[in-house]
Amino acid sequence: MIPRHGNPRQGQEGGSGMAARTLYDKLWDAHVVRTDDNGTALLYIDRHLVHEVTSPQAFEGLRLAGRRPWRPDSVLAVPDHNVPTTDRSAGIQDPVSRLQVETLDRNCEAFGILEFTMDDPRQGIVHVIGPEEGATLPGMTVVCGDSHTSTHGAFGALAFGIGTSEVEHVLATQCLLQKKSRNLLLRVDGRLGEGVFAKDIALALIGTIGTAGGTGCTIEFGGEAIRALSMEGRMTLCNMSIEAGARAGLVAVDETTVEYLEGRPFAPRGELWDRAVADWFELHSDEDALFDREVVLDAGCLAPQVTWGTSPEMVVAVTEVVPDPAEEADPVRRSGMERALAYMDLRPGTAITDIHLDRVFIGSCTNSRIEDLRAAAAVIRGRRVAEGIRQALVVPGSGLVKAQAEAEGLDRVFRAAGFEWREPGCSMCLAMNADRLEPGERCASTSNRNFEGRQGQGGRTHLVSPTMAAAAAIAGHFVDVRTF
Amino acid sequence: MEKFTRLTAIVAPLDRPNVDTDAIIPKQFLKSIRRTGFGANLFDAWRYLDQGEPGMDPGQRRPNPDFVLNQPRYQGARILLARENFGCGSSREHAVWALADYGFRAVIAPSFADIFYNNSFKNGLLPIRLDAALVDRLFRAVAATPGYRLTIDLPAQTLETPEGEVIPFDIDPFRKHCLVEGLDEIDLTLQHADEIRAYEERRRREAPWLFTAPPETAGRPAAEGRS
Repeated sequence: MIPRHGNPRQGQEGGSGMAARTLYDKLWDAHVVRTDDNGTALLYIDRHLVHEVTSPQAFEGLRLAGRRPWRPDSVLAVPDHNVPTTDRSAGIQDPVSRLQVETLDRNCEAFGILEFTMDDPRQGIVHVIGPEEGATLPGMTVVCGDSHTSTHGAFGALAFGIGTSEVEHVLATQCLLQKKSRNLLLRVDGRLGEGVFAKDIALALIGTIGTAGGTGCTIEFGGEAIRALSMEGRMTLCNMSIEAGARAGLVAVDETTVEYLEGRPFAPRGELWDRAVADWFELHSDEDALFDREVVLDAGCLAPQVTWGTSPEMVVAVTEVVPDPAEEADPVRRSGMERALAYMDLRPGTAITDIHLDRVFIGSCTNSRIEDLRAAAAVIRGRRVAEGIRQALVVPGSGLVKAQAEAEGLDRVFRAAGFEWREPGCSMCLAMNADRLEPGERCASTSNRNFEGRQGQGGRTHLVSPTMAAAAAIAGHFVDVRTF
Repeated sequence: MEKFTRLTAIVAPLDRPNVDTDAIIPKQFLKSIRRTGFGANLFDAWRYLDQGEPGMDPGQRRPNPDFVLNQPRYQGARILLARENFGCGSSREHAVWALADYGFRAVIAPSFADIFYNNSFKNGLLPIRLDAALVDRLFRAVAATPGYRLTIDLPAQTLETPEGEVIPFDIDPFRKHCLVEGLDEIDLTLQHADEIRAYEERRRREAPWLFTAPPETAGRPAAEGRS
């Protein structure tokens, strides 16, 4: 066990005589309804976010069993995976997608659940709108039938993705059966250089510990570089915890958290706000808290990251080359690399900056917030998308992000450069709607998964930050945005 | 849920690490609002040479002869042998539904992604973690022996090889109990409804901001409201 260093709020630990606890320990302890003899706990869930893909079978299960939601007012629903990002006035063309979205509408209506329907100005990606509405608050347990629920941990909330059976379980009981995870601390010391972002920290971490490195763990992100991140940056980082294998990521509450939340629609007000804030400032690991494992990165050494393979751990700095499987000693890993290079149609030793692209996608629950769009727009302002790029797409994370960006004139910057400016949704992150790669196409994407076929069957995905995607769109190939 | 006690079945080897749930069941098949019928599209992009879309007749598809599940010797397999970090990525339970619908009742791997591991137990699919070296040995045995079968005895927590070797495996006692008995976890949890209500009452006093409903839902009638 490793004692915690560099606590942002030292000496404020309450509960004299109580063992020092991590932030995860505190969140866990506060939500245990009961624990059985072998350590399986019944964990109370404060906020349940629901989207159209992983909920229909859960609602059907409720009906078949004659059950009803335990606390409908804890649920917030939104369609995001299937929605078109083009003109929505004609509805959804694909009848199968349309049925799924209509099923969500019907279920929410029937069970008294608040839903931001497709035509609601607040509609957007579930992991963007939860925080945006203040529906995600520090100290909560937050679940959703979606692995990127880890995003909400940026607020000092215990947030993790669940399967559809668990969606049904939470609807019916407001609880989940859980075993406690281990505590992993990722400390990022120093400061990020110009052109290096939270996305690069996430990718570098996954490159370091691997996509299974955080399995069975909750990751707390701490250290100087994390404290300096905006809430948007913290959300990007926590979002990709799952790509490191950890169901949940966490960042301790500080002034940045509180400032972000004040005045949001679901956030408490008046005297209740003051009480809540006092409580939230306890949401950090105690100074002497023990972690099962600690990983340290130096922010100052990080360069922009680019994935080259079909797993997020297959990542290098933009200044590097595609690695050679022949140098990998482990046979299982080596064959995985060979398979990935064949799928990606890349040769070992190719400079990352020599990789040319067909499409660029700026969006997803990882990188579609206002700050991401501002950063990307700053790179492309006054420039044009390269000739060889078939499509450059900007998909804002929510209707409110889109409106904010338009108020700032960002849409005009993107459009003038040759980007398409779309309606909010998950879009080409997983290509459940009409936005997708054609077989063989290569894409610079700000999303979170470069799995085979993720963005369309046969499509080739390179994960990058929004500024790296923007710069690649202008150049037609990857470039180091720091010198662009 | 279907009970799991003892199973003797053909083992199919899927020899690649980090098999993600996008590969197990690609996104275009997640649009279904049902729990059944996903087996036809299990590993769709690897299993077929043509591009799969919902509603296609599997009989009209072009199977990829190189893919393991299309090889005659693995027909009828109900145990999948896999490498590390099986089921990583998306939380889609459709991945488990697809494996189960195809006919698999167990997956053996050195490690599983957490959400997939959880989802498996809710659907009568038994994920068995074994030491990587042991899994490696099983891969070699399966490759060397057409029709290779393993016997899984869940109550005893053992695997038995055709040579009679007995390999023990670990499993959480609660999960095992639910699987062996085919129990509904929601029923089990609702037995503690009074404790959940007592917890809620305490939290409402301690942290009332966690219970403030958004204005739009306050007093909103529900056609199928709670009891």
